[in-house]
Amino acid sequence: MSEEQGYSGNALDCLKKYNTKVGDSIKITADLTYSGILMPRYESGDDKHLVLKLGSGYNVGINVDEIQKIQIVSSLEVKPEQSEERKDDPKLPKILLLSTGGTIASKVDYRTGAVTPALTASDINEAVPELEKLANIDAEVLFSEYSENLQPDHWTEIAEKLDSVANSDYKGILIAHGTDTMHYTSAFLSFALAGFPIPVVLVGSQRSSDRPSSDAAINLIAASKFLVESNTKGIFLVMHHNDNDQTVACHAGTRVRKNHTSKRGAFETMGSDPAFIVTPTLEIKKNIQDEFFKDAKYNPRMKIDTKVALVKYHPGYDPKLIENLIQTGCKAIIFEGTGLGHVGRTMYDVVKNAQENDLFLGMTSQCIDGRVRMTVYESGRDLLELGITPLENMTPETSLVKAMWALGNSKDIDQVRSLMLENIASEF
Amino acid sequence: MTEIDFEKIGLKVGLEIHQQLNTNKKLFCKCRPIESDEYTEKFSRSLRTAKSELGELDPAALFEKTKSKKINYYANSQSSCLVEKDEEPPHDLDHNAKKISLLISSMLESKIFSEIHVMRKTVIDGSNTTGFQRTMLISQGGNLKVKEKKIGVQAVCLEEDAAKLLKDEQNERDYSLDRLGVPLVEIALEPVSTKPSEVKEIALTLGRNLRVTGNMKRGIGSIRQDVNISVMNSGVVEVKGVQQLDQLEEIIDYEAKRQHGLILIAEKLKKLSITITKEDIFDITESFKVCDSKIIQNALKSNAKIKAIRIRNFSGMFGFEPYPRIRLGKEIGQQVRFFGIGGVFHSDELPNYGITDSDVDKVRKHLELVDKDGFLIIAGEDPKLDYTINSIIKRIQDAVNGVPAETRAATQDGETVFLRPRPGASRMYPETDIPSIGVTSEEIKIARNKADTTPTWDKAITEIQKKYNLNHQQAEQIFDSEYMELFEKICENKKNSPNFVASILCSSITNLERQGLHTTLLKPEHIIESFELLASDKIPKESLEIIFESIMSGKSGNVLTAMQSTNVSSIDEYKLNEILDKIIQNNMELVKKLEDKAITTLMGIAMKEVRGKASGKIVNELLEQKIKNTIKK
Repeated sequence: MSEEQGYSGNALDCLKKYNTKVGDSIKITADLTYSGILMPRYESGDDKHLVLKLGSGYNVGINVDEIQKIQIVSSLEVKPEQSEERKDDPKLPKILLLSTGGTIASKVDYRTGAVTPALTASDINEAVPELEKLANIDAEVLFSEYSENLQPDHWTEIAEKLDSVANSDYKGILIAHGTDTMHYTSAFLSFALAGFPIPVVLVGSQRSSDRPSSDAAINLIAASKFLVESNTKGIFLVMHHNDNDQTVACHAGTRVRKNHTSKRGAFETMGSDPAFIVTPTLEIKKNIQDEFFKDAKYNPRMKIDTKVALVKYHPGYDPKLIENLIQTGCKAIIFEGTGLGHVGRTMYDVVKNAQENDLFLGMTSQCIDGRVRMTVYESGRDLLELGITPLENMTPETSLVKAMWALGNSKDIDQVRSLMLENIASEF
Repeated sequence: MTEIDFEKIGLKVGLEIHQQLNTNKKLFCKCRPIESDEYTEKFSRSLRTAKSELGELDPAALFEKTKSKKINYYANSQSSCLVEKDEEPPHDLDHNAKKISLLISSMLESKIFSEIHVMRKTVIDGSNTTGFQRTMLISQGGNLKVKEKKIGVQAVCLEEDAAKLLKDEQNERDYSLDRLGVPLVEIALEPVSTKPSEVKEIALTLGRNLRVTGNMKRGIGSIRQDVNISVMNSGVVEVKGVQQLDQLEEIIDYEAKRQHGLILIAEKLKKLSITITKEDIFDITESFKVCDSKIIQNALKSNAKIKAIRIRNFSGMFGFEPYPRIRLGKEIGQQVRFFGIGGVFHSDELPNYGITDSDVDKVRKHLELVDKDGFLIIAGEDPKLDYTINSIIKRIQDAVNGVPAETRAATQDGETVFLRPRPGASRMYPETDIPSIGVTSEEIKIARNKADTTPTWDKAITEIQKKYNLNHQQAEQIFDSEYMELFEKICENKKNSPNFVASILCSSITNLERQGLHTTLLKPEHIIESFELLASDKIPKESLEIIFESIMSGKSGNVLTAMQSTNVSSIDEYKLNEILDKIIQNNMELVKKLEDKAITTLMGIAMKEVRGKASGKIVNELLEQKIKNTIKK
């Protein structure tokens, strides 16, 4: 937020006229007299109102035009935040908590109405005291972005940070992440850091952490318990299993998807149960049969080439759009086809063109759940002939990320194809 | 009732009413506020509070307490969606609810803000799935005319109603989401120096003014009163949940006495010197292992400790009753229950409850007490026991000062019980999911016009009298009752006499309620059906009350069953004549003696026997005829 804290135009002029700023205790004389604290204004508001927090705690908007006078009763003194000294328990394991955005813990200042993220270890421990009994947490802020604003560069930054602590004595690594694109990040890390020796968990919250009903704390506690006790390797995504504050699911980072806009249990493992479950009494139950990483050896490959398109086919899809992709230098197309992995025959020419231009073409299904099987119907067989690679039951999002990763770490299209079809991190 | 001079003790009462609006839609989603007993969904949550939010009470203690309860929510998909489940952000504010709020503010001459901000008010008991209540301030100031007085209005707010508590146990709480999100208008009046009866008048007037708009929901629970009560030198006590207007007077009376009683207790305490430190807390678990008291034995079984608190000079202060039922011992007992501990014993009431003279002697010796000292015995598990003891000590210290500010609940018996400590400042912060809501001058103008053209309550009553040919008292009664809408619906078809309908809805049902039967069991469908049957002559007038009685007592679930089980239906003429002939036969002596006048007694006997199956009019006519015929013979 800018210096003006959301105020602009007429409202800002009014504040300047009376030399008052956000946080001041003021008395406004309008048609009546109003006493309260000047609050910040959300950018989406108009420029005609000042926001005042009254003694009752309610915020109201006062029309600037009706203001005759503003008296400042007292100014807010900015007290430096007192951080408590944190005492580590030598018997407990160490966990690294990396913040990338989504507030996993926050504090509400009722005086100003501000919700501030809890970023330091002691802030987090104060918000979720249960963590102190599970592990000693080192907290670091990598960056602070809403996850819808994340780009592949951010994935690489996270991967490089993790790589730097691959040989540390951390028992596990927690990544606080916004939920919108959490599954993209988890997929990238699964490939880029194949065989990573320390379990990594991405954790977030669907309901903002300032509210008492937030799923944040339970997710954090379950994630920490999982890291400390599961003795497993892999990249996992930990969120509520359903609408109860009971079981928490640990999803394999390559098989998970956000399937609801707002529910606590929005994340689901496609086609099977979550890899692990943390019960309400914090027991870890294992569902997966095999190891997360197919090759136990740590093999970091962190390069990425973002020239990949995810194309959701639908009736009426204009094949020219694919031509455009080819012309703008796209190197791979992941199709979200219909049913078992089909696109209409209007697309055949353009698919052939793409294949001749050495683009990698992979097929997934917009049904999301289920396996692509292109030998069953004529359309599928035609497409196979045209050079499309079926990607079995890999989710479209994971396929997209894997394609970006494969392109970045291969010499030619054959290597790309071979990487795409190799089961590296339980993505199939 | 003990007489008390309310003016002398400086009684001040601030009324707050919460009235549900009949928009037939919840405030922030499309759901309809349907109350049902069937729940299609159940889920459980636990609400968390940050330690910093907890106000005056020992933060750690309250944190433990709020943390440990599991909350079970029950929802019916007809009346709840993902918004109520806190699985989806709120939708836009309902436009009708906004309009009605503006109208109410205008009616009360309250100044409407040009921009309204929705706030989150932290509520941690589970009654809101999000852990907060969405509330917004619509207007400030204004006045309400009550008889010749003008009562100041503090504020008019629009907010969402909370979930309904179904069950509250040690470790779990059950709520139903039917009511969560129903729009509520909260009107807070300025505190006035007054008597309990005047407050009832104020509440009645305000309620009536609201109902005249036709926009208020009716029925049990649609309007709830909270009162802020204080006496001279006391803290302000908020009493929540007065459901019925009749209770208001009783509760204010009780609370005034409770508060003044505490002031009288404080006066005595100030003369003694009361200090309680850690040295005054003793562990007496060992010596009480052989105690006969059931409560102590049960506690010991569950690994609890028994502790005693020594309070020097306190003898007699627990049991001192400045007014009937007002004692410090009772206050402490309620505090203790807040922490989930069953009870506490104090020295003024022992020996009793299985604790014998020798037990008391043991304690007195252990605690090194002299005669004028007092003590408390309390059982519980750590660390709950320690928090509770701390709160007891604080309560005693508060008692020296008089009346602590707190939040209490109204009970069905017309008393108040401790609910929770009064939070310092309102825990409110902006509801950022909803942008601020502008109020245009056009909207204010429309509200103002509507307010000016809304008839006063007096006029409305006169209208009802005219329309339905009722007398003033009947019109008042039906308007004030929860059956106004139903009344109008039943009278629509003009087949039943409004007079009769009004008297059944107001008098008969109330009578049955006074006998201890349940009005909640009698649903609108039952009432409508009964009147329809009456209108088509399938049942006589007298049977209505019998059918209602059967349903309200729980004996029948619907009108048909009630009719069958009470044998109510029109009796056929042949049978009726048979019965009446028999009665005359059995009472031949009386008939011969009293002749025509025998009808009075015989009517009594006859109506008892045909109970509801025939109308009194017909029985009377037939009996009269038969008596005449008999005499002739």
